[in-house]
Amino acid sequence: MLVSRPDRGRRTTTPLGVGGTGFWPNLYDAAIFLLVVGVFVLVAHGFREMNAPATQLATAPVTLDVARLPEYALRTTLRMFAAIVASLVFTFVIATLAARSRKAELVILPALDILQSVPVLGFLTFTVTFFLQLFPGSVMGAECAAIFAIFTAQAWNMAFSFYQSLRTVPRDLDEVARHYRFSPWLRFWRLDVPFAAPGLIWNTMMSMSGGWFFVVASEAITVGNTTVMLPGIGSWLALAIEARDIDAVLLAIAMMAAVILAYDQLIFRPIVAWADKFRFEQTAADSQPHSWVYDFWRRSRLRPHLVRAVGWGADRIALLPTPLTRPPARPKFGAPSRTGERIWIAVLALLAGYALWQIAMYARTTLGFADLRIAVFDGLLTLTRVLVLIALASLVWVPIGVWIGLRPRLATTLQPVAQFLAAFPANVVFPVAVVAIVSLRLDPNIWLSPLMILGTQWYILFNVIAGASAIPTDLRDVSALFRLRSWAWWRKVAVPSILPYYVTGALTAAGGSWNASIVAEVVSWGDTHLRAEGLGAYIAEATTAGDYPRVVLGIVVMAAMVTTCNRILWRPLYRLAENRYRLE
Amino acid sequence: MDATTTLSAADRTLVSVDRVRKVYPKGSGEDVLVLDDVCLTLGRNEIVSFLGRSGCGKTTLLRILAGLMPATGGEVRIAGRSVVGPSPEVAMVFQSFALFPWLTVLQNVEIGLEAQGVGPAERHRRALAAIDLIGLDGYESAYPKELSGGMRQRVGIARAVVVQPTVLLMDEAFSALDVLTAETLRTDLLDLWIEGRLPISAIAVVTHNIEEAVLLSDRVLVFSSNPGRVAAEIKIDLPHPRNRLDPAFRALVESLYATMTARPDGKASQGHFFGTGIAMLLPRVSPNMIAGLMEAVAAAPHDGHAGLPELAGDLHMEVDDLFPVAEVLQLLRFAELGDGDIRLTEPGRQFVGFEPDARKKLFAQHLLNYVPLAAHVRRVLDERPTHRAPASRFRDELEDHMSASFAEQTMRTATSWGRFGEVFAYDEVSGVFSLDNPG
Repeated sequence: MLVSRPDRGRRTTTPLGVGGTGFWPNLYDAAIFLLVVGVFVLVAHGFREMNAPATQLATAPVTLDVARLPEYALRTTLRMFAAIVASLVFTFVIATLAARSRKAELVILPALDILQSVPVLGFLTFTVTFFLQLFPGSVMGAECAAIFAIFTAQAWNMAFSFYQSLRTVPRDLDEVARHYRFSPWLRFWRLDVPFAAPGLIWNTMMSMSGGWFFVVASEAITVGNTTVMLPGIGSWLALAIEARDIDAVLLAIAMMAAVILAYDQLIFRPIVAWADKFRFEQTAADSQPHSWVYDFWRRSRLRPHLVRAVGWGADRIALLPTPLTRPPARPKFGAPSRTGERIWIAVLALLAGYALWQIAMYARTTLGFADLRIAVFDGLLTLTRVLVLIALASLVWVPIGVWIGLRPRLATTLQPVAQFLAAFPANVVFPVAVVAIVSLRLDPNIWLSPLMILGTQWYILFNVIAGASAIPTDLRDVSALFRLRSWAWWRKVAVPSILPYYVTGALTAAGGSWNASIVAEVVSWGDTHLRAEGLGAYIAEATTAGDYPRVVLGIVVMAAMVTTCNRILWRPLYRLAENRYRLE
Repeated sequence: MDATTTLSAADRTLVSVDRVRKVYPKGSGEDVLVLDDVCLTLGRNEIVSFLGRSGCGKTTLLRILAGLMPATGGEVRIAGRSVVGPSPEVAMVFQSFALFPWLTVLQNVEIGLEAQGVGPAERHRRALAAIDLIGLDGYESAYPKELSGGMRQRVGIARAVVVQPTVLLMDEAFSALDVLTAETLRTDLLDLWIEGRLPISAIAVVTHNIEEAVLLSDRVLVFSSNPGRVAAEIKIDLPHPRNRLDPAFRALVESLYATMTARPDGKASQGHFFGTGIAMLLPRVSPNMIAGLMEAVAAAPHDGHAGLPELAGDLHMEVDDLFPVAEVLQLLRFAELGDGDIRLTEPGRQFVGFEPDARKKLFAQHLLNYVPLAAHVRRVLDERPTHRAPASRFRDELEDHMSASFAEQTMRTATSWGRFGEVFAYDEVSGVFSLDNPG
């Protein structure tokens, strides 16, 4: 590295009299500039392609041409970012609404809770048809469907996190905002968003990780007799599977790894390093997150000018005479009217009743009780798989995670690896597993199951590592003093300390596994099709057949099972962990 | 500043609080009356302290003045205008500093101006001037977490001063600081005030610290609790700078102590506790503190009879820490309070002389006799064949009379006293009271 002292630029005096920071760009400026322009060019290219007429998909179909793989990767990444931007906008609007309006809250919170448990890939069936009709003759329709699928995998937990932050804004800061009559705009950007930033960023990263899985799954979509193949890694993979081209599969895996590594280094790490200042702590922390890109940016001489320009723009917006940017009028005190709320609830109940009637009529004409029985039976099979796999993964990863977590140096090295593995879309490696199962003549009902947890087990690992690293030194010293031996140590120290972290990880892993079942229970390699009996297979097959009633039934059963699982298993466990075993 | 200015009373009045009432409505049971019929005025060039125990409604009154909270009845006028919401006329300094940790010192000071729509250049200029005035120059680009508590509160004061309010409200502004820092900050503020360098016409200080009130103010308004009322008004004519060791200063402190421990009404045998019967609000006082205070009063120089100001000094405690413990002693009949003094009763003396086991027995006996909630829990447990009862049952009963957080606090205190006296046992996880005492 050429310059390692952060304040070198500041010491040089400039004859121009433009202040302590020179205007002439330095090396960092050049690097940042190149990065920014490069991103612009790529994005522009990607968007032009997205808007191309639909016939292009037919005339320039996805091919297994290595030269085009980087472009496919770019297209996939762009979809990802389009979805994350949409999720952010959704989060800001919906969560703010829920936090500000009691009536909105009554609808939004339960809706988010349910939407969280609906299998993402189930959405595809309906959205593809919808979006294709919305943009007739353009690739945009299919693009939107794919982006929407990723969006549905990302938005809910981000909105939840933001809502929770809004509800827990410290009372004194809220009073400052009211006392100095902040406009809604000022309050949002000066108080709400900064306070929510750490949680929101963490959830956005989690969402991104989850999103790769779905972007790969949603690029090559077959619904009934409509088949769409959007240029991207997912389509490449689908093609490679059809052609039994193991080299192409491996290439896709390598490309995916490179892309995830790049976005982590270029985007998330700088953001995390920057967002460190939003941690709501009044004391300086001993360790701060680092990012070389962020360090570049901070040393860049253009930075103060850019920051000032952005600040100037923000000031102009804040001074606009709109209702959002004016100080609030006289505050409305007093409890909201009970009557209004009751009317609102009554309206909702009526709407719900009407919806129930519609659903019942629809279901009666197309579905029978036999269908429900089959779906529930399949659901129980998948449920068993999920629970057994979580148990097995826990048996493996909890001891390993604790072992790693107790060794700080190892933990700092391996924690990012575990997070990387969690972000890696496991469906990319499915073909490898299929080849193995076929060649070893294994029973797909058992051996397809591990695929469900292939990508999600890492959530258990990195949460346990985090929990074990958080065991206070004095607790460890005490157990060493009393010579607590293995079993007693596990029971008295390790398990209670990591429980809250473990439950978070296991809950995420379980949710992810349910979702993964839709692509993991039916897998093919060329014309070899492997199938495991389960709800995932049920939904996947109904989707391929374009059998909407059964898709809906499958989704409903799955959502109900996931919600029930959360309520009767994970939530009580989490509460126990929080109340009893919280380390204070 | 000079009290002998010739302005008429009407001209001098800047803030008038006229028969202000505040009632906190509750879902069930009776509403809680926090402020009852409070009348007071703040004159120009005056520092007035609202002195009282925590829970006497003085902070509520300050929030009503700031327009953060509506009064249930009565009227507040500032400079002739009725207060209906936050206004640029007042600025508040918070006990917790309430700084935005993600903004620099300069940005924190600018925020009030930014909200008023003042342009960036003007904002910058005025914020820098305020920062200079409060003695923060050099720290403009620091973040609050890099500053000490005293420096943070300086930022809080600069943020309030920069908007040039008519009235500055200080809500326990020094109580989160250590003694030395608080003293420096008070002196600096007072110097600026006396030199007329603050663009402010009056300061209202909410505090529970008697010496702070005497040190700063021209007038002290003593608030009584339950419901909050102005119990006494004391003018302080001592010249600045005031000396804590000055006999006149000491005399004022002593008399304020006496006023604050006085029982304004006849039914005061229970001290200043809210509510009666099982609905009595119990303060967060642990058995260790109860025993500790009795031992301190019984110890050598006092021999069972001590003045509260000296005792507070000896124990390095503030009024708000000391009073609740002393009142619990009174509630349990281990001591008597009056005229700023505390005197151990005969059982109190016995308690100090006893071994741990005998102490527990005596404590249990007094607990069952004088704390209705503890007796109630015990009675229910005795009556039930299983000798078990969920805590939620009692908490619900309490919530008919008080807010959920006060009910929670009362339950916690009753549980801790009951456990100490081995009157009943409690299992945290299941939330069940029982009679089985493990070990």
